[in-house]
Amino acid sequence: MIDSASEGIMDKGTEQESNSPEVGFALDDSKESPDEMEAVAINIDALSLWYSGVQAIENVSLQIPDSQVTALIGPSGCGKSTLLRCINRMNELIPGVTLEGQIKIHGENIYEKDVDPVAVRRNVGMVFQKPNPFPKSIYENVAFGARINGYKGNMDELVRSSLEQAALWDEVSDKLRESGLALSGGQQQRLCIARAIAVRPEVILMDEPCSALDPIATQRIEDLIRELRNTFTIVIVTHNMQQAARVSDKTAFMLAGEERIGRLVEFSPTQELFTNPSDSRTEDYITGRFG
Amino acid sequence: MSYESRPVSARYRQNLRNNLGGRLIGILLFLCASVTVVTTIGIVAILCIEGFSFFAEVSPIEFFTGTKWTPLFTSKGFGVLPLISGTLLIGLGAACVALPLGTLTAIYLSEYATPKIRSVLKPMVEVLSGIPTVVYGYFALTFVSPFIKEYLYPEAGPYMAISAIIVVGIMIVPIVASISDDALRAVPRELREAAYGVGSSRLEVTTRVAFPAALSGIIASYILAISRAIGETMAVTVAAGARPNLTANPLEAVQTMTAYIVSVSLGDTPHGTIEFKTIFAVGLTLFFMTLVMNVISSRITKRFREVYD
Repeated sequence: MIDSASEGIMDKGTEQESNSPEVGFALDDSKESPDEMEAVAINIDALSLWYSGVQAIENVSLQIPDSQVTALIGPSGCGKSTLLRCINRMNELIPGVTLEGQIKIHGENIYEKDVDPVAVRRNVGMVFQKPNPFPKSIYENVAFGARINGYKGNMDELVRSSLEQAALWDEVSDKLRESGLALSGGQQQRLCIARAIAVRPEVILMDEPCSALDPIATQRIEDLIRELRNTFTIVIVTHNMQQAARVSDKTAFMLAGEERIGRLVEFSPTQELFTNPSDSRTEDYITGRFG
Repeated sequence: MSYESRPVSARYRQNLRNNLGGRLIGILLFLCASVTVVTTIGIVAILCIEGFSFFAEVSPIEFFTGTKWTPLFTSKGFGVLPLISGTLLIGLGAACVALPLGTLTAIYLSEYATPKIRSVLKPMVEVLSGIPTVVYGYFALTFVSPFIKEYLYPEAGPYMAISAIIVVGIMIVPIVASISDDALRAVPRELREAAYGVGSSRLEVTTRVAFPAALSGIIASYILAISRAIGETMAVTVAAGARPNLTANPLEAVQTMTAYIVSVSLGDTPHGTIEFKTIFAVGLTLFFMTLVMNVISSRITKRFREVYD
């Protein structure tokens, strides 16, 4: 599967010659120049993806800024979750996925042939739609990733600081040995965030992290996202436009046409996208004319 | 303000009270379910009645501590230990073969095999359990035992426990592999993704998340497989011989409890004699052994499994 994906990149290289390499170089330059305010963390370049031959996203290019929150919005089936799952190579777990294009995280193409997807996922954490703590204790949930990755430091300290960062410590400090599943939905989701944080990734991906939560739990997660932005680059998929407006710095709007292939329509600073969209389809979507 | 209730139709009124069809189906289903219950009670009752009439003549102390099992000889010995040791030797030996092999097969099928390989391999594994057990017995007798005699241990007789252990072990691999595979595949995708998401390798996802979450199903497959090994009769009778033998040496011939029961029930031992009643005593002992095993294993399962729902 990886082989075919890399071959895809090679094939594409000749066809896409005209635009993609220049974009890549331009970005590398801008990253080095000190007066450029916005450093790029993730550079998605001409990405297309097929599930068993059926195309799901086509030619998406996106520069996700470092230490900010980027929201991916769009109606169901527009490929926003698929795109998100490309950033930590999660899609490869599904048999029959092929991919073209590349994703560079801090300059490294994660789809290079010799890159280990396991190492990519250590660096790019993920929080899922449905809270999915392991059926283990709260402590073990947080320590899981660190143990896997051979963490040598003080585990108690790591668990504590991760739970504190996830704004969960005060609620669970006296029951670390209890099952993670005994917590409420919102607490479980914050536990999952703590679990992701504990591996100390550079990027955290969130796939509709609040869709299974009530409004109060949602608000706590949103507050948390705003706090974590200083430490991590966050990419969040949400179908809730208000949420995107509340938490994100930049927003990408995706849309699938009749043929159900997702494409990027517009990518701009969140405020601009919601107040003054440049594309009429974006305007139709954010004003609720469809979707 | 008051409401007047709308009059309901006569048919509705009748259906409301007279649900004969539904009740009949309920009774029918209950009868079907009770067949198994009644059968179990009947078997246990007969085992107990006949077993107790045996113990009226032979003291339980002699039965459970004696080391000579010669009820059909003129100098009668009613010590069941040689049969128990033979049974445990074959059962535990087969478990040593089947549990690792079956577990690893299940892990391969559910975690590593591509859907294509799996769709071929799993039915093939399950076919193994469809082979008649007597065929396994002759496989042991005509291939495994001569092989061991020829290349590994020339002093052995034609019958030996080890070849029964090997073929019974192979026979129960599909039970372990198939049920454990189902249990592993029932672990929700979300849990695996969570583990992959923090940078786990496939092996780590398997050993630290999928396996613990599937443990209750996996242990259930072990119990089923060991029960099957302990209860297995034909292959063992053919391969391991018919000599009650208090030994832990798998190269000797042994007789298991089930093999003994078969040989007596098919032989010319007259009904109602003490010799014939031995099979009920042996059967009762076997019943309690498997019962205790099931209880212990359900305790183990409750203690160690990780509940994910």
